[in-house]
Amino acid sequence: MAQSIVEIKDLSFGYKGKLLHHGINMTFPKGKVIAIMGGSGSGKTTLLRLIGGQLKPTKGEVQVSGEIVHKQDRDGIYRLRRKMGMLFQHGALFTDLSVFENVAFPIREHTDLPESMIRDLVLMKLNAVGLRGAHALRPTELSGGMARRVALARAIALDPSIIMYDEPFAGLDPISMAVICDLIRSLNDALGATSIIVTHDVEETFQFADYVYFVANGVVAAEGTPEDLRKSEMPFVHQFVHGEKDGPVPFHYAAPEYHASLLRGAR
Amino acid sequence: MRKIERLLKNLGAGFINKMWRFGAGARLFGLTLVSSGESFRRFRLTIREVYFTGVLSLIIILVSAFFVGMVLALQGYHTLQKYGSSEAIGVLVALALVRELGPVVTALLFAGRAGTAITAEIGLMKATEQLSAMEMMAVSPIARVIAPRFWAGVIAMPILATLFTMMGILGGYMVAVPLIGVDAGSFWSQMQANVDWEYDILNGVFKSLVFGVACTMIALFEGYDAPPTAEGVSRATTRTVVTSSLAVLALDFILTAFMLG
Repeated sequence: MAQSIVEIKDLSFGYKGKLLHHGINMTFPKGKVIAIMGGSGSGKTTLLRLIGGQLKPTKGEVQVSGEIVHKQDRDGIYRLRRKMGMLFQHGALFTDLSVFENVAFPIREHTDLPESMIRDLVLMKLNAVGLRGAHALRPTELSGGMARRVALARAIALDPSIIMYDEPFAGLDPISMAVICDLIRSLNDALGATSIIVTHDVEETFQFADYVYFVANGVVAAEGTPEDLRKSEMPFVHQFVHGEKDGPVPFHYAAPEYHASLLRGAR
Repeated sequence: MRKIERLLKNLGAGFINKMWRFGAGARLFGLTLVSSGESFRRFRLTIREVYFTGVLSLIIILVSAFFVGMVLALQGYHTLQKYGSSEAIGVLVALALVRELGPVVTALLFAGRAGTAITAEIGLMKATEQLSAMEMMAVSPIARVIAPRFWAGVIAMPILATLFTMMGILGGYMVAVPLIGVDAGSFWSQMQANVDWEYDILNGVFKSLVFGVACTMIALFEGYDAPPTAEGVSRATTRTVVTSSLAVLALDFILTAFMLG
């Protein structure tokens, strides 16, 4: 296997005395597109925040380029984050800046490049996501898919070695979805980066991911290549991949017996 | 018995919560001061915020000041003429504005106009993950977002209070001299003779500076601490106005007591 750039080792995380993850192990090899899948509320986004050092694990560790994230001081975490780009669920574009300035933001903050070079870099990044023509627009003038693409251009502005995507397909129309799918793969390969995608969209993700981790009930319930998982007979994986309404993940939230509740008038 | 127990519990929880928030606010204030280097190195970031908090508040400040000055002159004249000292109307208007109304009313209007805008903006930036995005880009939101807004508020408030006072005096003049017929010479000369540079004017500017720190920091903290929901941001915005207003009035009393004492 290729050298891993991110490693999650025996990680447990919880808050308010409740554990969300128990003993998770994951490896993210260089140059690969790895998906973390699972139902809503399974703590997938929390894993990205743990990798980014925005949260501290209760037990275990996350290593980025061989360095333990939660043992770093603020400067150390910021140094590690400069190797990362993150695409937030709704883009998280700065609404007071234009599209151009949004993409220029990390470049201006972390480099002293002359204005002409910043301009060239920003236009190159925007061109990569097909939105060079939209550089003068405000984020409020963009559609959901376009905003996501601008945010992607911003995430790759400093050529990160790790790109993290938080629900990149949520709320997108099929065309935008296909565009984002294509961009994730092509940018990853062009930059020689490692992509970590948190999502619950099975079909789209299986088209381009190299490896998939399924997270359920706080543990890695299954892992493998998309082909392996498609064929998997594990009840949870089968239910998730085929979108079945009932199965190991029940349709009903835990509740007292139905008839008894009605008769008792219980809430 | 249970009711009393519950009441005491709620009181205790409320008090602890307020103390926590006060501590968190003080911590943010400290971090803002420590992270202020960026605001001065890239001063245009601060200037931009001075425009949003200061320049855009000008209309409400100036119009209010004009009316406050006019009312002061009307009320003042009504009382002063009973004692035959209507010529002192200029001093009354000026002292009331310079010492108290200028800094206090400006701060209250600032909390309503700029403070709410700051809280809503920061709260929404948090709710839409813009602050998180900044963090993930290895850019400190306190240095890049909070500190420039803080210094902008601190710079803007004394300027706004000074403009308020000037406009108020003009409003007082318009009522006292052309409308009521007080002698213009005595209006201005009495004012000049009785308003002290250090004791009145500098103290007023100092007050507005303190109010600037308090109002801006409260607005920033409420936004930064707001739960990232529509309800959370709306409550935080309300709290900004309520807390800022109370803080301004309480600080005004304390400062006045020290200044007169």
